[in-house]
Amino acid sequence: MHRITEKVVLSENIVKTVFEAPEIARKRRAGQFVILMIDDRGERIPLTIVDSDPVQGTLTIIYQVVGKTTYELSQLEPGDAIRHVLGPLGHPTEIEGIGTAVCVGGGVGIGVVYPIAKALKEKGTRVISIIGARTKKMLILEEESRSVSDELHVTTDDGSYGYHGFVSDVLRDLIATGTKIDRVFAIGPVPMMRVVANVTRPHGIKTIVSLNPIMVDGTGMCGACRVNVGGRTKFTCVDGPEFDGHEVDFGLLTSRLQMYAEQEQKARELCRCGNHDR
Amino acid sequence: MTDKDRTDKKEKKERIPRQAMPEQDPKVRVTNFDEVPLGYSPETAMQEARRCIQCKKPGCVTGCPVDIDIPGFVKLVADGDFLGAARKIKETNCLPAVCGRVCPQEDQCEKLCILGKKWDPVAIGRLERFVADYERSAGSVEVPALPAPTGRRIAVVGAGPAGLTIAGDLVKMGHAVTIFEALHKAGGVLIYGIPEFRLPKSIVDAEVDYLQKLGVRIVTDAAVGRLKTIDDLFAEGFHAVFLGVGAGAPVFMNIPGENFSGIYSANEYLTRSNLMKAYRFPEYDTPIARGRNVAVIGGGNVAMDSVRTALRLGAQNAYIIYRRTKTEMPARAEEVHHAEEEGVQFRFLTNPIEYIGDEKGWVRQMVCQRMELGEPDESGRRRPVVIKGSEFTIDVDTVVVSVGTMANPVIPMTTPGLETNRWGYIVTKDETGETTRKGVWAGGDIVTGSATVILAMGAGRKAARAIHDYVMSL
Repeated sequence: MHRITEKVVLSENIVKTVFEAPEIARKRRAGQFVILMIDDRGERIPLTIVDSDPVQGTLTIIYQVVGKTTYELSQLEPGDAIRHVLGPLGHPTEIEGIGTAVCVGGGVGIGVVYPIAKALKEKGTRVISIIGARTKKMLILEEESRSVSDELHVTTDDGSYGYHGFVSDVLRDLIATGTKIDRVFAIGPVPMMRVVANVTRPHGIKTIVSLNPIMVDGTGMCGACRVNVGGRTKFTCVDGPEFDGHEVDFGLLTSRLQMYAEQEQKARELCRCGNHDR
Repeated sequence: MTDKDRTDKKEKKERIPRQAMPEQDPKVRVTNFDEVPLGYSPETAMQEARRCIQCKKPGCVTGCPVDIDIPGFVKLVADGDFLGAARKIKETNCLPAVCGRVCPQEDQCEKLCILGKKWDPVAIGRLERFVADYERSAGSVEVPALPAPTGRRIAVVGAGPAGLTIAGDLVKMGHAVTIFEALHKAGGVLIYGIPEFRLPKSIVDAEVDYLQKLGVRIVTDAAVGRLKTIDDLFAEGFHAVFLGVGAGAPVFMNIPGENFSGIYSANEYLTRSNLMKAYRFPEYDTPIARGRNVAVIGGGNVAMDSVRTALRLGAQNAYIIYRRTKTEMPARAEEVHHAEEEGVQFRFLTNPIEYIGDEKGWVRQMVCQRMELGEPDESGRRRPVVIKGSEFTIDVDTVVVSVGTMANPVIPMTTPGLETNRWGYIVTKDETGETTRKGVWAGGDIVTGSATVILAMGAGRKAARAIHDYVMSL
């Protein structure tokens, strides 16, 4: 059992939960994830670890409420518990020897790119962060991102805050104005990662994306999370979750993410979340 | 006793035929996930047990990887002492309800039963199953007295058949045993792989519960290799480590379209259904594709489990696609028979070469080639050879790839000094399973590649004795 110590609603539909997992908190490095199960009838879902506190023995996750499991997770309050947490899984982010990095986060992906920015900053990398959301009230972690970045750009799709446009537009401008960039980390919705990869490809800037396919065991046993990278099948759980964005088949990722759309819809309708706005 | 007497005794015993075990009707059972065979009644069990001629040099025992005193327990069944029979089996096998169901007895104990030379062998597996079930349902599972603690701590990685067996053996020798399991439930393939209709999960739970009563500590959700390494385990004070992590990584065929939605590895398909109980969705949260036309690629027991699961999930057409013929199929005859009874359609000498998907990326068709059998290959089976120009398609909306598994690299990758072979399986120095790393033993599929539950248990048994000697010498 993993007791929840803190829960914060960061924006409409995006929630932060902090829970006890002392062993994982000691071992975890930026870029790794956990698989959790709320109860014994639950689904196993992967979530990137946003932060860990080895002293308190806690992990922080940030997630968007999209289905039954994330809804139920969002309803757990301090004192409640998550039944099963497995981790830390996946390879940590490679953060050594990068001069200037641009960390691009879209929507809930800001929560995933933030720990990478933080780890890079600690290694002495010059960090430029570009974070974006659909609209101002959906933007998360602005202050946290600023604190680990040498330069922060904020965008909203509707222009309600910051730059009016997409994160990829800002990145394109940075490249056009001659900013020297050694690596880009792009994490967010699949279309955003695809566009960012397309922006950097002609300039040969290595672009790392963190993928979030459907998983079951998370230990390389089932292959649910297989993705196509550079024409080869990879298991996101053990080979990833980060891959070269120029080589990822985003179309396949998108269609595989839709595999259970019907069942997910049914589960949402049946769960207690009838009155929940989404 | 002279030879003539013994022959007379055999003749006399054979007046009783091998007792059949009742089963659920195929038409009914394809609509549920309940167990197919229903088990012996006490009367039938005693009748069957009386067929045993109590050989002085029993062949059956030599065929048993865990050396069960088979004539001993069968005699007790014949005498009606079912609890005594259970105790007798548990002297060497802590998972009798499992073995009675999933061991390939026809290739082991029953194959060497002397009665089988002329008539049918004693139904040893059915008797083992009966005895274990009787003990469990009587609520009289006894925990034997344990020796004084030795003060030695042993870590077992993986709570599958090998790990559970060695844990039971070592704890009975007085050692403190902790099992680390990556999944949220103990049992390994018994819980994620073998379906409910062949091995009810309540039975696995009961056997795991028995081990815990013996004092085995089981830590679930523990990814050894990631959360802690083998070095960490030694640093925490364990005196020896046993690796029984299985050959858990699925093999795909690397043919075009294999990543379309609707195409599963057998591991995923069975894990969703068995471990996550997706067949009870939405009562349980994990979904699974309930295909109308389901093709399972492969001819082993896992393929049979998958195709029979597909029928129970509502498939109209459930196919086995196998590139050789029925004779070469590695699945147990009993499983193939059950699948046939349930309406599985076998497509022999057929091999998929490509999948075709729709605009949503969901599999719709499978392009296959016809094969013919050529010369025998290194496995001794005749090699399937492609018939040129024989391509045809089969309409499918769900595919389960069940062509084998391979070693999961996480532990070897994170354990210095642990040698693996070119397939990634752990190299052992002798039959006890001692590895190239001091204090570390391994057994089961991670050493042999995909094999059976009972062989993994046998490996656990052998390693237990060696680990005992090792830790007592420290």
